Amino acid sequence: MSKNRIPILMTVSVATSVMLAACAPAAPPPAAPAATVAPAAPAATAAPAATAVPAAPAGKRGSGGTLKILYWQAPTILNSYLASGTKDFDAARLIQEPLAAVDPDGNIVPVLATEVPTEANGGFTKDKMSITWKIKPGVKWHDGTDFTADDLKFSYDYCIDKATGCVNIGRFTPIDKFEVINPLTIKLTFKQPNAYPWQAFVGSNGYVLQKKQFANCIGDKASKDADCQKANNAPIGTGPFKLRDFKSGDVVTYDFNPNYHVADKPFFKEVIFKGGGDAPSAARAVFQTGDTDYGWNLQVEAKILADLQTGGKGTLRTSVGPNVERIMYQPTDISPEAGDKRGELGTQHPFFSDVNVRKAFSIVIDKKVMSESLYGPAGDPTCELITWAPYISADKLFGGRNDCTKPDFDTAGKLLDDAGWKKGADGIREKGGKKMHVIFNTSVNALRQKEQALMKDAWTKLGVDVELKATDAGVYFGAGPSSNDNIAKFFVDIQMYTNGAGVPDATVYMCGFASEFVAQKANSWGGENNLRYQSKDYDALCSAMKAEQDPAKAKDLALKMNDLLVAKDYAIAPLIARKNVSGMAKDLKGINMSAWDSEMWNIADWSR
Amino acid sequence: MATYFVRRILIAIPTLVAISFVIFALLALAPGDPMAQFATNPEVPPAVREQLRASLGLDQPMPVRYVKWLFALAQGDLGWSFAARMPVVEFLAQRLPQTLAVVGVAYLVSIIIAVPVGVFTAARPKSWLSHIVSVVSMAGISLPTFLSGTILLLIFSVLLRDSPFQLPMIYDTQLKVKDFASLLQQFRQSLMPIIVLALFNAGAMTRFVRSAMLENLPLDYVRTARAKGLTEGVVILKHTLRNSLIPVVTLVAVGAPAVFAGAIITEQIFRVNGIGELLITSIQRSDTPVVMAIVFIFAVLVVLSSLIADVCYGLLDPRIKLS
Repeated sequence: MSKNRIPILMTVSVATSVMLAACAPAAPPPAAPAATVAPAAPAATAAPAATAVPAAPAGKRGSGGTLKILYWQAPTILNSYLASGTKDFDAARLIQEPLAAVDPDGNIVPVLATEVPTEANGGFTKDKMSITWKIKPGVKWHDGTDFTADDLKFSYDYCIDKATGCVNIGRFTPIDKFEVINPLTIKLTFKQPNAYPWQAFVGSNGYVLQKKQFANCIGDKASKDADCQKANNAPIGTGPFKLRDFKSGDVVTYDFNPNYHVADKPFFKEVIFKGGGDAPSAARAVFQTGDTDYGWNLQVEAKILADLQTGGKGTLRTSVGPNVERIMYQPTDISPEAGDKRGELGTQHPFFSDVNVRKAFSIVIDKKVMSESLYGPAGDPTCELITWAPYISADKLFGGRNDCTKPDFDTAGKLLDDAGWKKGADGIREKGGKKMHVIFNTSVNALRQKEQALMKDAWTKLGVDVELKATDAGVYFGAGPSSNDNIAKFFVDIQMYTNGAGVPDATVYMCGFASEFVAQKANSWGGENNLRYQSKDYDALCSAMKAEQDPAKAKDLALKMNDLLVAKDYAIAPLIARKNVSGMAKDLKGINMSAWDSEMWNIADWSR
Repeated sequence: MATYFVRRILIAIPTLVAISFVIFALLALAPGDPMAQFATNPEVPPAVREQLRASLGLDQPMPVRYVKWLFALAQGDLGWSFAARMPVVEFLAQRLPQTLAVVGVAYLVSIIIAVPVGVFTAARPKSWLSHIVSVVSMAGISLPTFLSGTILLLIFSVLLRDSPFQLPMIYDTQLKVKDFASLLQQFRQSLMPIIVLALFNAGAMTRFVRSAMLENLPLDYVRTARAKGLTEGVVILKHTLRNSLIPVVTLVAVGAPAVFAGAIITEQIFRVNGIGELLITSIQRSDTPVVMAIVFIFAVLVVLSSLIADVCYGLLDPRIKLS
């Protein structure tokens, strides 16, 4: 029966080759590691601006025809609490809303709330222990029922249950007590003083779920129960648009909400939110062919992007945020010979444990060339890790407080010579018979591979033997226990990726590098501090910042931490301050991209 | 015949289980993570990501997960998607229409082109048309679909933009054909992907038909048929073609399940978002239940279609007895 065998073998080989293809570097580069989810205003700014009134509507509600939005990553779920990426938060934002949004400057803008609670208006207590939100009266869900404080309480209960698997749980864990004062008022009491309380129900991590629809979906049932599965993909909201139809991973269509709680909005009658393809062709569709009105996250190499923009149909828009492309240097021994001690504190990297070696590597990188040739409008060179106002103004990022504008090979060479790493006969530096060999890993992404090549050139010139490595994004940013190639384990000498703070207040983000959060085998590599940075000075600055009540002083402390990381210890070399880059049809108005919230945060204001 | 059927199906079951185990093991060993998107998001700290993985059942060891999957499958449950939190079956049902409308139609078109063209080029190997066909079919085989697809897009969407010949870059999966205008739109939006796929499939198939015909043409029975004074048309179509079809039927039958699996690259280029696109994005985001379902159904279809091919042999050639 050899005839029977053939198809079976073929099946296996087809399946195997599919799997192999999956393991090999995959084609579409998931360019920007999603980090554009965030809430509120920096503690360092005065206080959230009360009501930033957006642009006036351009006509009667629903009079604007069809708006076409294109995301090259398609939304797969519309319940943002179970989202798996920015695309899901953004697609859900048209339907569901938070109490308050965060504008591009980091100010908090009320949406479902009447005003933003501050110390000035008494909504935020002086001891920083509790915050009281007042809900806008008369807001209706899409099914016509009233939106009340019970829905907020329910959303909290839903998310705080660990079995639900809620991605926004971090926003709710600081809350000790959740009180419904009356149908239009809630009071949140924190476990400890919270200098930055505008987190729960703010921005894209804070949409409100309807109690009526999700009441039976807490815990295990959230994903498993058939009714809850339906609800997850057809949520009822208060937003400017109502769901008409959703094909998961493909397209969402919306109709305007005739009872939206803001007068005369939204302008568009319907929205088609399509997903799929890749960033370059999405750029083509918005700039050249006009197939779509809005193209999200067009992370395309500068030259290609500039070329596409000549198409005449669309314009490029960027928003400045906290995201920084950076490299980090390995402090511990990660050689396979280290065995169980691999990557553990207490071991020493053969040369990166020396600050002068790290400095030498950092000061030869030409960030300007990297930024201009690869990023163009999508990024600026930076010498700082904290890149946003009010901490640092945009013009001070490069050549401001910390200077790293010009590659300095003479100083770098001298630093390495002095550290005992002298050039050998083959031009490679060595010390005690050990060659200076570094493995440099990042994710598979055309842009990143070119950045790697630029840095390899510089370090090779310095006399370093550089081995480049690129790992599929799903693996590199993943945490599969079987993999050693992810950013959490950091089993290479240098790694590169982008991230940044989630909220305009830098406290939580900067304290992520504190000693206590170190990623080690003991905590399954689950600490924020995957750099394994250890500094008593830094820890002290972090504690001081957490306790600091004066915004100006807190800002100072944050900048000191920044300087320690990048300019004194050279533990991290910031490269590019990356922006969110989207394209939009020339006649589209009212778009105001915020890096601290969903790009769709003000879609009710969009018009033509 | 019936016992033959039953026996073949029974033999297939352990094979399918073995296939499913291999795929599951490969997926479990592959170092992906459905929560990878959140790795650099400070709003979702590592501890929360660990909780999320646990809520997906990924904290359990691989053998446990496999046995659970197999038991659910035995009850006809393919599980729910990590990314969409809905039953995989529904997910596939959403995707199948556009895959059939594009990949299925392209497959039919390529058969309709390949058989007559293959027969003609075998019957008239020296004609200028045969030379053209061999060049075009070679190009069809050797041009990767991502290249031919991109070239078509550049010509018909970008260069010819704002002209009556402009074709849409974005496939509208919600289009319902109900009148002539929507039919025309469906034609316009599926034209490019169908050309890309049909060119690719028909290239290989034409050459296959042609070589099967060329193998049969010099044989004695063809000479006998000609000696009997039959017309060339009858000799070619009735005698040679029928005998040449046996390998072609195998090719068509074994290739047919590929229609279900969709066309990974072509679907992505044109945003058809059918099953092929679902497969590749699910692999990228480690959505194990979806990948398992697609690959497993594909395996079942391959086994079934090979069975159908065997039955067809009996119809085409009475000398083959199924027992």
